Amino acid sequence: MSIEVKNIRKSFGNFVALDGVSLDFPSGELVALLGPSGCGKTTLLRVIAGLEQADEGTVLLEGEDASGTHARERRVGFVFQHYALFRHMTVFDNVAFGMRVKPRRERPNEAAVRRKVTELLELVQLDWLADRFPSQLSGGQRQRIALARALAVEPRVLLLDEPFGALDAKVRKELRRWLRRLHDDLHITSIFVTHDQEEALEVADRVVLMDHGHVEQVGSPEEVYRHPATAFVYGFLGSVNFFHGRVDEGSVRVGDDHLGASGGDVAHGAEVVAFARPYELDIVTGSDATGGVAAKVTRVLSFGVTARVELDGINGSAGQHFEVELTRERALELNLTEGQEVRLVPSRLRVFERSVVVAAGVGVPQ
Amino acid sequence: MAAKRRLRVLPGFGLSLGYTFTYLSLIVLVPLAAVFIKTSSLSMLEFWNVVTTPRVVASYKLSFGASLAAAGINTVFGLMLAWALVRYTFPGKKLVDALIDLPFALPTAVAGIALTALYAKNGWLGQYLEPMGIKIAFGPWGVLVALVFIGVPFVVRTVQPILEDLDTEFEEASASLGADRLQTFWIVVLPIIFPALLTGFALAFARAVGEYGSVIFIAGNIPMVSEITPLMIITKLEQYDYVGATAIAAVMLVFSFILLLIINGLQAWTARRTGREV
Repeated sequence: MSIEVKNIRKSFGNFVALDGVSLDFPSGELVALLGPSGCGKTTLLRVIAGLEQADEGTVLLEGEDASGTHARERRVGFVFQHYALFRHMTVFDNVAFGMRVKPRRERPNEAAVRRKVTELLELVQLDWLADRFPSQLSGGQRQRIALARALAVEPRVLLLDEPFGALDAKVRKELRRWLRRLHDDLHITSIFVTHDQEEALEVADRVVLMDHGHVEQVGSPEEVYRHPATAFVYGFLGSVNFFHGRVDEGSVRVGDDHLGASGGDVAHGAEVVAFARPYELDIVTGSDATGGVAAKVTRVLSFGVTARVELDGINGSAGQHFEVELTRERALELNLTEGQEVRLVPSRLRVFERSVVVAAGVGVPQ
Repeated sequence: MAAKRRLRVLPGFGLSLGYTFTYLSLIVLVPLAAVFIKTSSLSMLEFWNVVTTPRVVASYKLSFGASLAAAGINTVFGLMLAWALVRYTFPGKKLVDALIDLPFALPTAVAGIALTALYAKNGWLGQYLEPMGIKIAFGPWGVLVALVFIGVPFVVRTVQPILEDLDTEFEEASASLGADRLQTFWIVVLPIIFPALLTGFALAFARAVGEYGSVIFIAGNIPMVSEITPLMIITKLEQYDYVGATAIAAVMLVFSFILLLIINGLQAWTARRTGREV
């Protein structure tokens, strides 16, 4: 089922959680709402579920205006970050809850409930836990039971609020993959909220990036990662190096050094911040090298598939810290030593005006 | 090999347990035992005759009946009060919260006099209630009112922390699964707070059974109608019938103990049924 939100506004006192958000979630997709804490992603999810009323705007479920309806009428499955399993009921009763509270004439008989619960517990691969209480389950198991409980009422959409937020790293990774497979089987329109960019990029069909109650970018994981639309998105997805400089005749100057072409339409003389990912920087040694920015090697980490080099800026970029990712071969060839002075040459740069970057709250603007 | 002693952050298990038992014995068990020892100077038949005189039996009925009813009323309204205090913000909330403890602090005689003044024929409320045929002061209903008054804090204070811990997520989960408000309350909220509610009920009941000061002012103390058991004990004492007084006290103790035991059992049963450790 498709979900559409139009111009949603919501504030709590003076804090604006959602500032005119409009989004379209097509049928059958798994969408991630990604952003730092306080960006409004959970509020948006709760507005869609009907657990929170928007101050303005409409929520359309299957093209129908659902803004005025109560959560229980929306047939929306909601999975809470801390599971919210009813602790006085067994796993079986938790999953059966949604079916048993239906009005008498819609309520399936007990045999049908039993069948359906067993089926759902098999789906989440926990049928052997039916008689346990939530307190006897691990975090990952509880989250799967919470999901089975939400699915029991055959919801039109599935909303998950930081579903893996309270789990440890290993379980989180397993459940992520499991959720993706489950979605591929069921094809129920799903939205999940996360602040973990890796999780969003790995699991979702589409990613919605949010900050300060605004939507910053919507796109496939590939799109948002490769072509970040704003300084915020660039800074939020993956690690990044910042170069604080000034545009001088089409190139970025950091102190006396020429970093590279500014590209785009940044005016001459504007104060800018240039962004480059660690793998988009190369290290050049030798005293005759001139391009790029001067820096000093502080640490070389070469235990992985790639080598990571940490550097401190000198001269124009003094006080800044850089991180470069090189192939092992390149690192061996360079044979870097700590304290060595080198030059950083970017292969790709994204240049944003300093004021924009400061507003987005990324980087370390001095 | 010698068994390794378990290391604890705070030591002193033996000391604290020993202290607990000594303390409990001196303060609680020895005086209670004295009641039974004193009573045993009566023969079985004498004892039976003392504790089953019609006037005393009537007082048991009133004492235990009114105490159970008061505890029941306090459970319902105490829950509502606690709910309002935890879930909503309203002007004067802090004041209301402080007022709840007042029946703890107020000398019970003061409460009794205040209630009597209020509900007597010429009192603020009594002058309207009596013409309608509702006689509260100087009768069994007065006893109930006094017992409700002194029992208010117990349920509120036992349920309040549980409600504060109760995440609204449970109610939201229930609503998103299609349950209506009544179902959410009965199936989701009530079972979670039930053990605390039961504790509050037990405390309010125990307090009501033992109450004396506030009740004697408002009850009117009419034999066979509005005499409570503690009053019967006092009456015996005033007649220097110490053995008779302790006999009634012993019956009261046993009754109270059985009732509290039943409530505790009920609590353990609900805890087991809902998967909690007992």
